[in-house]
Amino acid sequence: MSSRHTLRRQLSRSADSEGKQAPPNGPMTLPTPCGTLSESVVSGLTASAGRRSFPTDSDVRAVTDPVHDRDFQLALWVLYELHHRGLAGVDDTLEWDPDLLGARRRLETVFETAVRDLVELPDPMPTTSSEVATELRRMTISGTEPELPAFLAREASHDQFLDYLAERAVYHLRESDAQCFLLPRIGGGAKTALAEILYDEFGAGRPDRLHADIFARALADLGMPTGLASYVDDADALTLASVNVTTLFNLHRRLRGAAAGHLAAFEATSSIPCRLIADGAERLALPASVVDYYVEHVEADSVHEQVAITGLCGNLVDAEPDLAADVILGAAACLTIDTLAADRLLARLREQPDRIAS
Amino acid sequence: MTAADGARLEVTLCPGGPMLLRGATEVRDEDGNLHPVERPVVALCRCHRSDRLPWCDSSHKAPRPAPDP
Repeated sequence: MSSRHTLRRQLSRSADSEGKQAPPNGPMTLPTPCGTLSESVVSGLTASAGRRSFPTDSDVRAVTDPVHDRDFQLALWVLYELHHRGLAGVDDTLEWDPDLLGARRRLETVFETAVRDLVELPDPMPTTSSEVATELRRMTISGTEPELPAFLAREASHDQFLDYLAERAVYHLRESDAQCFLLPRIGGGAKTALAEILYDEFGAGRPDRLHADIFARALADLGMPTGLASYVDDADALTLASVNVTTLFNLHRRLRGAAAGHLAAFEATSSIPCRLIADGAERLALPASVVDYYVEHVEADSVHEQVAITGLCGNLVDAEPDLAADVILGAAACLTIDTLAADRLLARLREQPDRIAS
Repeated sequence: MTAADGARLEVTLCPGGPMLLRGATEVRDEDGNLHPVERPVVALCRCHRSDRLPWCDSSHKAPRPAPDP
């Protein structure tokens, strides 16, 4: 596959232009397909009307482990991108094309089942808002230091650190966009809490503090591309799964409890890792913008964690007690998939220390 | 701590965690240093383990070093 070469080529081109480009906001180019499903989606999106075909039920059912299947995750990611910034060369009306939505639904059904099978839930499940808040706090306290951030803090080389940033760019360049879909589905104190978190994520009134753009500036200062395309082409199945499960929960009103729980778990496990990653960026004398991005999240996510657990999830369960189990499901899905993705990334950084430079 | 003129200042204590402040404009720490508040809500450390005092950095949740034998 050509994807590794894409990132390297863009790295050198970006360095030539001194990394001055602004974060691109338009549609990205279509990623390189890597199997039957993503090939079917990409060719379907670019075919002329009347000649389009998308993944069929039997194509999707042939996948045995969707969480770890890069082709499956890439296909779903591309379909979700139609609901965000769109894809260059793809007709915008396809966002609501019934055939395409049918294909997306087939992928989502298989993915959601796999996620539910993967996670371990507490027994008995909490039912009240205070029980949910206590369980979220219990789930997100770790007795040990997180391995991947500790590696970045103390051991990672310059190239390994950049490889980490490239892998995580698929998430950071779209930071908090998915949760905007949750806002109209909830009300009262839960809505106020989510809006408070999102206002901070989107710069608290200052465009220069938009978190996704701070990350893009950090990439630019390192001579790395700021567009998503090359990062998606290089992203691991689990990285795409981590982003896709967030979009799945936030795009479906039915799963609003899981979307809230997912955000709470994400925020509650962000601050300590970000401090370690900032330490690593300082140790490697990386540009100030790289340190800035992670330091910003040390303080911001210490706030967001509290607002998400009590304000968002607590108020949501008070208003809709039937959502308690879904809140815990969302938190468990976040922790499980993000741990799998971090373990995979750490193993790769150790096995291929020069991957991004070679 | 001081509130913006005429604004409402709200303090929320989080179980086992920090103190959230909404509406504050600055915080004076134990040594008398003033820290401007630069986000709509800030979390003040209550466990005294933060490396970014007076702000919470979630150190209250960090694994504690093993006690001396």
